[in-house]
Amino acid sequence: MSKFFAKLYIWVLLVVLYAPLVFIAVFSFTESKVLGSWEGFSTHLYQNLLTGQMQGNASLLAAVKNTLLIALVAAAFSTLLGTIAAIGIHNLRGRKKKVVTFLNNIPMINPDIITGVSLFLLFVFLHFSQGYVSVILAHITFCTPYVVLSVLPKLQQMNPNIYEAALDLGATPSQALWKVLVPELKPGMISGFILAFTMSLDDFAVTFFTRGTIGLDTLSTYIYTDARKGGLTPELRPLMTLIFLIILILLVIINVRQDRMNKQNANR
Amino acid sequence: MSKRSNWSIPYVVFLVLFVVLPLVLVLVYAFQDNSGHFTLGNITKFFTDKDALSTFAVSLEVALENTLLCILIGYPAAWILSNKQYNKSAVTIVLFIMPMWINALMRTLATAQLFTMLGITLGKGTLLFGMVYDYLPFMIYPIYNVLSKMDKSYAEAAVDLGATPWKAFWKVTVPLSMPGVTSGILMVFMPTVSTFAISEFLTNNKIKLFGTIIQENINSSMWNYGAALALIMLVIIGITSLFSKDKEEMEGGLI
Amino acid sequence: MSETDKIIEIQHLSKSFGDKKVLEDINLYIRRGEFITLLGPSGCGKTTLLRMIAGFLQPDEGSLLMDGKELAGIPPHERPLNTVFQRYALFPHLDVYDNIAFGLKLKKVPEEEIEKRVRKVLKLVAMSDYEDRDVETLSGGQQQRIAIARAIVNQPKVLLLDEPLAALDLKMRKDMQIELKEMHRKLGITFIYVTHDQEEALTLSDTIVVLNEGRIQQIGTPVDIYNEPVNCFVADFIGESNILKGRMLRDRRVAFIKHEFDCVDEGFGEDVPVDVVVRPEDIYFTTDPGKCQFKAKVNTCTFKGVHYEMWVDTDTGYELMIQDYDAYPVGSEVMLYIDPDDIQVMKKERVCNTLYGTVKDEETVELLGCDFPLRSSFEAGTEVKVEIPFDAIDLMDNLDDGVIDGEVHVILYMGNHYHLTIKTEDGDSLWVDTNDIWDKGDLVGIRLVPEKGIKITKKDE
Repeated sequence: MSKFFAKLYIWVLLVVLYAPLVFIAVFSFTESKVLGSWEGFSTHLYQNLLTGQMQGNASLLAAVKNTLLIALVAAAFSTLLGTIAAIGIHNLRGRKKKVVTFLNNIPMINPDIITGVSLFLLFVFLHFSQGYVSVILAHITFCTPYVVLSVLPKLQQMNPNIYEAALDLGATPSQALWKVLVPELKPGMISGFILAFTMSLDDFAVTFFTRGTIGLDTLSTYIYTDARKGGLTPELRPLMTLIFLIILILLVIINVRQDRMNKQNANR
Repeated sequence: MSKRSNWSIPYVVFLVLFVVLPLVLVLVYAFQDNSGHFTLGNITKFFTDKDALSTFAVSLEVALENTLLCILIGYPAAWILSNKQYNKSAVTIVLFIMPMWINALMRTLATAQLFTMLGITLGKGTLLFGMVYDYLPFMIYPIYNVLSKMDKSYAEAAVDLGATPWKAFWKVTVPLSMPGVTSGILMVFMPTVSTFAISEFLTNNKIKLFGTIIQENINSSMWNYGAALALIMLVIIGITSLFSKDKEEMEGGLI
Repeated sequence: MSETDKIIEIQHLSKSFGDKKVLEDINLYIRRGEFITLLGPSGCGKTTLLRMIAGFLQPDEGSLLMDGKELAGIPPHERPLNTVFQRYALFPHLDVYDNIAFGLKLKKVPEEEIEKRVRKVLKLVAMSDYEDRDVETLSGGQQQRIAIARAIVNQPKVLLLDEPLAALDLKMRKDMQIELKEMHRKLGITFIYVTHDQEEALTLSDTIVVLNEGRIQQIGTPVDIYNEPVNCFVADFIGESNILKGRMLRDRRVAFIKHEFDCVDEGFGEDVPVDVVVRPEDIYFTTDPGKCQFKAKVNTCTFKGVHYEMWVDTDTGYELMIQDYDAYPVGSEVMLYIDPDDIQVMKKERVCNTLYGTVKDEETVELLGCDFPLRSSFEAGTEVKVEIPFDAIDLMDNLDDGVIDGEVHVILYMGNHYHLTIKTEDGDSLWVDTNDIWDKGDLVGIRLVPEKGIKITKKDE
């Protein structure tokens, strides 16, 4: 009996959680400009989106491209910087370690708007012209702590003697780094990269404050401007549906793989 | 060996430049007037500005309500999900986390549109609903994490010592899961105070939150006042994170 | 012995981590081809010494020679020795073959030769069919073999082993001990082995180096170290023993447990306090009143497999442990004797605690950074030497009752009382005789009992 209610609770929550997404997805298959009025099944919006012939603002595709580009570059830099930093932090001791860990936590505790406003003031202060570079730098700022936090546990779990074992067997420090340390940290770096990538994709506030006035739009800022204008570009509906599907597929793949790996380990 | 600690130097430089310096600039700008002279005017302006104060109060209220709702709804969900008896598959948890992966603005917009279609007037109620909708996963996940890692023998020991399952839950499981609740609160409370776009969408600009005034001031080039408002928010963050910090350290932290 | 017999020579080696001295003035040479064990409790500095030989740590002072050449400054990857690490440290991302071939590949050894050599060592460690296995799927014992194979495939002159068997269960450990000994014989290279397990050290080694608190206590063959421990620490750490307070009356005559015994030791002087060690298997039962040296009553008797272990109360109020093949019923009166050969007399390391401090006022002396209530006739500010008998220190359950806190560090049972080493928070040691039972690691409050005869003199005298 309690099991029934428990399951019911979970499923009600899930239904409510997904209702708006499903709602959008359903209305991505009709042509109406306004959400909620069904004007018959059509894949017209998908065609528009894929061919770039927008009913509304044609810069939607550019925004998608910007979003992906910024996320990729920021995630790549964050992964590099964060991994090196994590190795350094792992080898720090005492007060120094505490201070650096504290600094690393600031961008995570700070709400986006504080990060955004403070970086905006920085770029103004430095007379740094705002655009791609400032947005990417800002994204690296709030992404890197997550990479550090993904890599650090791998360093902690790692047998501390592994690096020494490589040296002992005749590897120079740099050989030991590339042949032993990096392969060991790879899973942490990958999950750090994915985390950074999604954080960047999802960001609105920081981009909003650091993009300057050159008309640089990411998906978030595009949606914001679009919504403030009162409308919702109809092509956003198929776009969201597609993103939703891609994420769903990715998650399924990751989970199936993980499941299989777990089972393999369990079998051994 | 000790040399490898030097690897943290580039990042420390980066952090100083892009985290510490900007925060210092917030402080500097907050105490400057347009022409760069020291002033307390921005701060006093806030405390005498009725609109700003009431927005501030509304933000805190909404954030508080949102956090409370998220705990009330999220804790049972996290508990059920972490309980093998009720939930065996990891897929359900993934389903709860997945919305976090989709652009928050897009989700909020979808929610607002759904309300409009259903004929529900946008206002406080829809704002709270949308907020809970946006932030619930951030509450469920840390609590779930703590609960699922918790040694079940604690609760069993309590029952063994004569506690009813209900008492064991309240006296043992709940106190032990507090670190998860704390980090959930951290992930929900401050972001709620500071959101700007979400409240605009969900209330059709009827209710402004604190984040919105910061944004409005910055965007209309009132940097100093905007910085002062941001500073006030920073102070609140400082206070809330101090509260949670002791507990985190006791539990070995999130890291 | 000729110089070329020494493969490694360590001279006046010292190492500190921060304020903590980990190794102090270590002097040691290691003979070519021998199996030498660094033995000691955790924190004694044995692993630090090994890591300095391997090159992962640099000595603060002193020199480390290999084949007569200074090793300092040579990075670990250029030293002709290899290490088997405590928790194996196999590379999880490589399979068994690639783990073993790691060192050879770095040296750019031709592929065919690598294959040949890997096969050969795999055979040596009896793991021939495991080449392609993922190392994380291997059992602890198998990982251990691969770790050994990975080290010896490089044909090092010296193999360093850092507690290689510590993570294995007892049965496996015993089997691996035999295999290690066999491997050492086959390879003919020098093994430097680190362990805290005295039995393992006795079983495996040609030479044992006993370390404690950063200092070498004794170097010798297993038999020497077992039969003739030089101090209480070694006697207590290696095997079971009865450690007792005694007095050397004159050459070849010693008194302990309030009886007098003949012994074989000479040169201590007359009427000198000493420590005496008698191994439990060296106390014999007799029915001949002529042979009997002292009488006792059997208190407990436990079967231990090969022998019985008995605790007896002597007629003079001491408790002794005896191991014998025959059991004597609990409560029975027995007659005992000890062969002069089996009494090991050791010089006392100290007869009291000697501390240096400053007189604060008539009633107070500052010692170990704390004010102790001690009456003295010296002026305030005088630097004094304070000699505190072992029994003039009181240990309290309640930390607040003591002047200073300490932790019980070492416990020695001396037949009728305990001799404790207490470490204060600052790392100073105090030695205390007590009848109370404490456990290692207990926190205690420390108080002085001036009535028991604490001697205060001017520092210079």
